[in-house]
Amino acid sequence: MKRPVEQAITGFAWLSMAMLLFAVFSVIGYLFLKGYPSLDTRLIFGDTAVLDALLLRKQVFNGLFPAAAGTLVLVVMSVVWAIPVGIATGIYLAEYASARVKGVLNLFFDILAGIPSIVIGLFGFALAVFLHKNFSRAIQPCLLISSIALAFLVLPYLIRTTQMALEGLPEDTRLGALALGATKLQNIFYVLLPRSLSGIMSGVILAIGRCAEDTAVIMLTGVVATAGIPKSLFSGYEALPFYIYYISSQYTSPEELLTGYGASIILLAICIVLFSAAFLIKKRLTYIAFYRS
Amino acid sequence: MRSMKETIAERTFLLSAIVSSSITLIIFGFMLFMALPLLSGGKILRILSSAWSPGNGSYGIFPMIVGTLAISFLSVAISFPVSIGCSGFIGILGPRQLNRYLKKIVQVMTGIPTVIYGFVGIFLLVPIVRELAGRGSGMSVITAALMLSVLISPTMILFFNDSFERVPRSYLEAADGLGANKVQKLVYVILPNAKKGIIMGLILAFGRALGDTLVALMIAGNATQVPGSIFDSARTLTAHIALVIAADYESIEFKSIFACGIVLYLFTTAIVLGVRYLASGRRKMR
Repeated sequence: MKRPVEQAITGFAWLSMAMLLFAVFSVIGYLFLKGYPSLDTRLIFGDTAVLDALLLRKQVFNGLFPAAAGTLVLVVMSVVWAIPVGIATGIYLAEYASARVKGVLNLFFDILAGIPSIVIGLFGFALAVFLHKNFSRAIQPCLLISSIALAFLVLPYLIRTTQMALEGLPEDTRLGALALGATKLQNIFYVLLPRSLSGIMSGVILAIGRCAEDTAVIMLTGVVATAGIPKSLFSGYEALPFYIYYISSQYTSPEELLTGYGASIILLAICIVLFSAAFLIKKRLTYIAFYRS
Repeated sequence: MRSMKETIAERTFLLSAIVSSSITLIIFGFMLFMALPLLSGGKILRILSSAWSPGNGSYGIFPMIVGTLAISFLSVAISFPVSIGCSGFIGILGPRQLNRYLKKIVQVMTGIPTVIYGFVGIFLLVPIVRELAGRGSGMSVITAALMLSVLISPTMILFFNDSFERVPRSYLEAADGLGANKVQKLVYVILPNAKKGIIMGLILAFGRALGDTLVALMIAGNATQVPGSIFDSARTLTAHIALVIAADYESIEFKSIFACGIVLYLFTTAIVLGVRYLASGRRKMR
């Protein structure tokens, strides 16, 4: 290869890296530049006293508290549905399934992982319509439907990380307890699962991050612009990502827009902390888990 | 003999696996069921190939299919060269000390919510595109494609880097022995050996662009015409689903949304099958 061509290639690599960093830091920098004046307790609690709001003694009207509370409840509920099923499925795939069954199930979970979140949202919506027509008039898009749809969305992440963590254990770890007379189940619960805990945890953290940031699923399954603190499983609720989307098109004053920037910074911070934590716990596992070859 | 406990546990695990895998089928089944009246006769072809104008009773999703493909292809086309450059930089060309941190940054980028890209897109990118185009609102195919290319590039970079790292060490050492420099190693050893991984990364990134809702919904303008140029406004299938949802449950308009869902589902399945086919070929090669 000629020298100038080599230099051009090196130059191109530097340029690409610079472009990528420029793009990311202009997105993040722009948010902070525009949004930092909004960052104080008023952003979250509005004019209500902090303690009153936290103890639910008074309603918060012009702050992000209801949206943040909605996101929190939603994330906890979705993860509570998804974790037992996801981890149990991961254990089945890694420890029980035959090669054939595993191949078929892996295909299913690959497809499930690839389904666009809006399609899962559409499914959730259709489910609500179906239940509304056939079972109870009381059922409509609500917190419960959203959390179930979100659980479907993050299920493949949990299955993958659990399966990969278990399959990645060295053979001698696997055989030790069995050699001492432990049953297969004892081996799984006392040896294999504790050893793969960090991998499973990184999956759980990623699932939490996905639930917190997802907008497409919830906008079809029950999130609304104003609902206050979530009161029941069968009512609408507010959420941070939807609030950001809503404000971006419906803001009526510069103050409202500023709250949108503030909400974006909070959501960004939450997601970056969660994803960093997941990567810190398991350096390689996480992204390979999504795009396993 | 196996104890009760063992059997119950195995059955529970099996049941979970059946439940979670059936979700994949149930979602598709539900889409089909809801879109059922449209699937009989030649109606589905008409839906797929005609324009969207509810006023005239035409509920075709052809413009949205074109919009989706245009935005996704364009974003991959923008992001691919940059991602190759970045992964070459992180993989071998850049200073090693720096690369550890760069890789961390790219990993963390995968966690930035798409609604944030959309939000910043509206207030930062849209005005710039409006100036450049000199017409329209600035919400266009290219605006969404640019923002999406930032969204999908971490996927590509991490996947490319992973396939770079799988090139056997001995190949690189052989190249070292022949006196190859870093650029020569990248061009003659790493890239040819990582070709399959690169194609897989491309397909996956395309899938990511295809399935994203918020960026296109917020900054592509959502016009229901087939875009004539990259500065025209367009609507993607995903955005279309989000926008039409409020309609009456029994209407054809509402049912046509599920046709969008089916199209997206089939695109996804094709992508997954393609990647798996490539991956199985790679395993056989070794």
